[in-house]
Amino acid sequence: MAKAKETVSRTLMVALVLSIAFSVVVSTAAVMLRPAQVKNQNLDIRSNMLAAAGMLEQGASADEIEEMFSRFSVRLVDLDTGEYVEPSSVGVEDPMKYDMYKASSDPEMSTNILSAADKAGIKRRPNVAKVFTLEENGELVRVVLPIHGYGLWSTLYGFVSLEGDANTIEGLGFYDHAETPGLGGEVDNPRWKRQWVGKKVYDDEFEEPQIRLVKGGVSSDAANKEHKVDALSGATLTSRGVENLVNYWMGDQGFEPYLKKLREGEV
Amino acid sequence: MADASAKQVLFEPIFSNNPIALQILGICSALAVTTSMNVTLVMCAAVIAVTAFSNLAVSLVRTQIPGSIRIIVQMTIIASLVIVVDQVLKAYAYEISKQLSVFVGLIITNCIVMGRAEGFAMKNGPWLSFLDGVGNGLGYSVLLIFVAFFRELLGAGSLFGVSLMPVVNEGGWYIPNGLLLLPPSAFFIIGLAIWGLRTWKPEQVEEPDFKMSRHTVKEAF
Repeated sequence: MAKAKETVSRTLMVALVLSIAFSVVVSTAAVMLRPAQVKNQNLDIRSNMLAAAGMLEQGASADEIEEMFSRFSVRLVDLDTGEYVEPSSVGVEDPMKYDMYKASSDPEMSTNILSAADKAGIKRRPNVAKVFTLEENGELVRVVLPIHGYGLWSTLYGFVSLEGDANTIEGLGFYDHAETPGLGGEVDNPRWKRQWVGKKVYDDEFEEPQIRLVKGGVSSDAANKEHKVDALSGATLTSRGVENLVNYWMGDQGFEPYLKKLREGEV
Repeated sequence: MADASAKQVLFEPIFSNNPIALQILGICSALAVTTSMNVTLVMCAAVIAVTAFSNLAVSLVRTQIPGSIRIIVQMTIIASLVIVVDQVLKAYAYEISKQLSVFVGLIITNCIVMGRAEGFAMKNGPWLSFLDGVGNGLGYSVLLIFVAFFRELLGAGSLFGVSLMPVVNEGGWYIPNGLLLLPPSAFFIIGLAIWGLRTWKPEQVEEPDFKMSRHTVKEAF
């Protein structure tokens, strides 16, 4: 008995049968659970966007998220010209399906950033970005823009939401990062995030983004306080990363051409 | 071990033969997933499911497995189960599966799973092996929950995400201990847990590998 099970043919047989049996188990599970997983992923993207826009309340149900999200239009923007492009130009039918982070690793859909200009530390920038706009009575009231960049340990992915004037910040949040818990990780702290509300990205000249993260808090009589946010204590490098990435994405390589057109009502 | 009773097999690993505290297996995930109770409980459930069913499956085919490929066969079984668990978590506990990220996949390399498959399931019947898997999973869970309890309570002032001690950053009084949110703190807690356990059950104390010779003082004159 013991000898019979050690022959080469027997060994191959057992290996084959087990492989087939377990591939069936694994693929059945993968196929059957796929719809639920896709639903979760979509919901996740939506709730991240809404949370950054400051519109998501704790414990909102899936239906509420869907309802709130459906009020937004999803648009694709060419970052160089600042104009909307058709989803077909990036090879998708539904703008929601476009993944700008996947596009950044595709040489045909992204641009290399010169290291001197790479404030956000992301090396490549997609040519086309996905933005979310909310219009009421034909007037733009909110635009949510994706932002990302390097902090201390990790790339932070988030959204910044601007009011209809394309200048006043309505909310900012990161949904994915691996900064130090308790220090840089405090970028998730609701109290810290609340400071961003009402800050202005640009000054009256609308040339350079002016956001600064400053140490020691922003007193009510500080100069340019509408551009300043209290930095995270004990997390100088994460704070610097956040400042750089916000200014990068609001700058001329980021959404500035688009925001300019929004302000002038050209798109 | 062939004549072990079901009860022994199920409950021994919890305190008397704890896989983490006595066998010192599965430390990696004990460091990584114990920052909050919710995440820890899901990880424990996943590990219990994988150890139990991999033990069961290995035990069912143990008489058929040729010795030359037995490790790879166990690996196949364990890896398949881990993928299934990962898929289920992604479908029904998406938030937590995102936090667990790679650590669900890394259950494959958790020494407890493989150790039990090779050490117990290859020699015992399916029912006993299944119980042994559950028992070892529970032993792992007990220690993880112990670690997570202290890490979340003292590191974030909350349990199961519910704030018990309002932290300073949110306007409360408690200054959280940031170290407890970092992986090294789990080492300290596991170390203290092992110390406590061995004080309670002195038979777990290992014989020292060597003895220091007595210090002798030579008089100079």
